[in-house]
Amino acid sequence: MRLWSWLGFALGAVFMVLPLVGMFEFSLRARRGEYSLDAYRSVLGDPQFQATFAYSVVVAIVTIIAGVLLVVPTAYWVRLRLSRLRPVMEFVTLLPLVIPPIVIAFGYLRQFNTSSFLPLTGSARGTDFLLVMGYVTLSLPYMYRAVDTGLRTLDVATLTEASQSLGASWVTILSRVILPNLWPAVLSGAFLSFAIVIGEYVFAALLDRPAFGPYMVWVGGNRAYEPAALAVIAFGVTWACMGLLTLTGRLAAHHRAARR
Amino acid sequence: MSFLTLENLKKSFGQTQVVHDFSLAVGKGEFVSLLGPSGCGKTTVLRMIAGFETTSAGRIRIDGQDVTALPPARRQIGMVFQAYALFPNLTAAGNVGFGLRVAGVPRRERAARVAEMLALIGLPDLGDRYPFQLSGGQQQRVALARALAPRPRVLLLDEPLSALDAKIRVSLRAEIRELQRTLGITTIFVTHDQEEALSMSDRVVVMHQGRAAQVGTPAEIYDSPANAFVAGFVGQLNRLPARVVDAGTGRVELAGHPLTLAATLPASGQVTLAARPEAFRPAPAGLPVEVETVEFLGALRRVHARLPDGSALVFDMFNSPDAPAPRMGERLTLAVDPSAWIVEAA
Repeated sequence: MRLWSWLGFALGAVFMVLPLVGMFEFSLRARRGEYSLDAYRSVLGDPQFQATFAYSVVVAIVTIIAGVLLVVPTAYWVRLRLSRLRPVMEFVTLLPLVIPPIVIAFGYLRQFNTSSFLPLTGSARGTDFLLVMGYVTLSLPYMYRAVDTGLRTLDVATLTEASQSLGASWVTILSRVILPNLWPAVLSGAFLSFAIVIGEYVFAALLDRPAFGPYMVWVGGNRAYEPAALAVIAFGVTWACMGLLTLTGRLAAHHRAARR
Repeated sequence: MSFLTLENLKKSFGQTQVVHDFSLAVGKGEFVSLLGPSGCGKTTVLRMIAGFETTSAGRIRIDGQDVTALPPARRQIGMVFQAYALFPNLTAAGNVGFGLRVAGVPRRERAARVAEMLALIGLPDLGDRYPFQLSGGQQQRVALARALAPRPRVLLLDEPLSALDAKIRVSLRAEIRELQRTLGITTIFVTHDQEEALSMSDRVVVMHQGRAAQVGTPAEIYDSPANAFVAGFVGQLNRLPARVVDAGTGRVELAGHPLTLAATLPASGQVTLAARPEAFRPAPAGLPVEVETVEFLGALRRVHARLPDGSALVFDMFNSPDAPAPRMGERLTLAVDPSAWIVEAA
C-alpha cells in the first residue's frame, strides 16, 4: 500500500516537475552549445519588463489595500451583527470563481465607456481604477475566506464591547483592535491576491493596461528563449507568495498555540 | 440620593420579555450584586446599563444624567467580562492604557496612570507581558485595571470570577471588594454564585424571571427571604409538609411531632414549613430523625436524614471533637428555634 502511495506521488511529481525542469533547461539554451543566463539577462534588462512588472506590483498593492478596506469591515460586521447574512456573503464572494473575468471586463466596458454616465475608460487613471476594481472582485473569494477564518479565532463580540466600554469609536475598534489581531489572516489573503494579480491577463488586456500578464503573452509570441525565462520568473514570484503564505499560517498557528 | 437609577426597565427579544419593570436605585460607592439563576435577566440588565442592549422601555440615569439613549462609548462605564476580553495584540500596559489613549490623554500622563493601576492590582512588573503570558487571575486583574484606568462613573462586573479556579476566585473577590472600597466606585456585579454575592455586596438583588424577587443586604436576603424562590435559591432549605393544629397559638404537627412556631399560620389545613440546615441542632428532645449519610465539608458536617413520615431533612453540625459525627442509621432528636421556620402555603 505504502509502495503504491509513493508511486502515485512520484508520478504526480514527474507530471508537475518535469515540464518545469524542461522549461528551465530550455531557458538556459539561448547561447548556442552552452548553458547561459542570457535569456534572463535579456528579460530583466528589458525596460518593458521592468515597466509592466512595476505596474502590476503597484496595481497588486493597491488591490490588496482596497480589498482589505472592503473585506475586513464587511466580514467583521457580518460576524458581529448580521450572522444570518453569512450564507449570502459566502455565495456572493464565491461568484467571481464562477463568472469568467471576460464577462466582468465586458460589463465594465459597457457600463463605464466614454459615452456612459461615468466614463472611467476615458482616462488612464479611470481605467486603472476599473482594473483595480476588477482585481478586487477577482481576489474576493480568497480575501474574504482568509479574513473570515481569522475572525473565527477571535471573540469579536466581546472584544468589540470591551473597546466600546473604554470609549472607542468604530474606526478605533477596527484599526486598533480587530485589524492588528487579523494580520496573519489578512497577509494570507494579500499573498493570494498578489499571486493572482501579478500574472492576470484578461482584465489587463481588455482594458488595455500595460500590465505584466499581457507582456508575458507578447513575449511568448515574439521571442524564443525569453518566454521560458519569464515563465520561470513568474513561477518564482508565485511560489514565493505561496511560501510566505505557508510561513504566515505557521506563525499564526504558533501564535495561537502560545496564547493558549 | 441615588447615583445610578434604573426606572421600570423592560427588555423583550421578539415576543419574549426577559426583563419586566425592573427598578433599582444604587447609591454612590455602593456595591450591588444581581444574583439569580441562568436566564433570570441579570446579564440583560447589566448590558442595558452598559448600553450593549437597548431598553424596550424605562430609563437609566447616572449621576442625574439620562444615559438611556447614549452609545456605550459615551456612558463612562467600565466593564469587566467573564472571558477577560483583553486585547491579544497589546501588552498588559497597552491594555490598561487603551481607554486613556482613546480619550487622548497625553503619553506621560497615560504612562503614570498605567503604572499606578498596575501597582494597584499588584502587577507592577508585568506591564510588558502579553495576555497569553499571564495566568487567568492575572488577566482578570489587568482587565479590572483596564476598566478602572479611565476613571469610569460606574463599574460593571459580568461574572468576572466564573472562569477562575476556586482558590483564585476567593482571593480575587476579596481584592476586588477592597479595590472597590478604596476607589469608592459604584459597582454592579452579576453572578449566579450566592457565596460571591453574599460575601462581597452591600446589597443583593435576587432576580427571578426578569424581576427583582428581593432587594436587601446579604443578611436580610439570607435570614428573611421574601418568598419561597429567594429562600430556595439563596442557601439550602428544607421544605417539609405540616398540618396546622391551632393557628392562634402557632401549633402545627410535623411528621407526627408537635411544634410551636413564631410565624403567622393560616387558620387550618396543610402548610409547608421551611428551615435552613443550620437551624437544627441535636438535642435530648425534639424532632425525631434517622441518619442516612454524612457529608464532610471541612468546618461542617452535613447530615442527610429522614423524618418518621419519610420526608428528607438536611442539617449541619460543626466539625468538633466534642460532637462526634452521627453514624448511618443512628436515631437523633433535633431542636429548632421556633423563629427559624418559614411558613409557605402548601
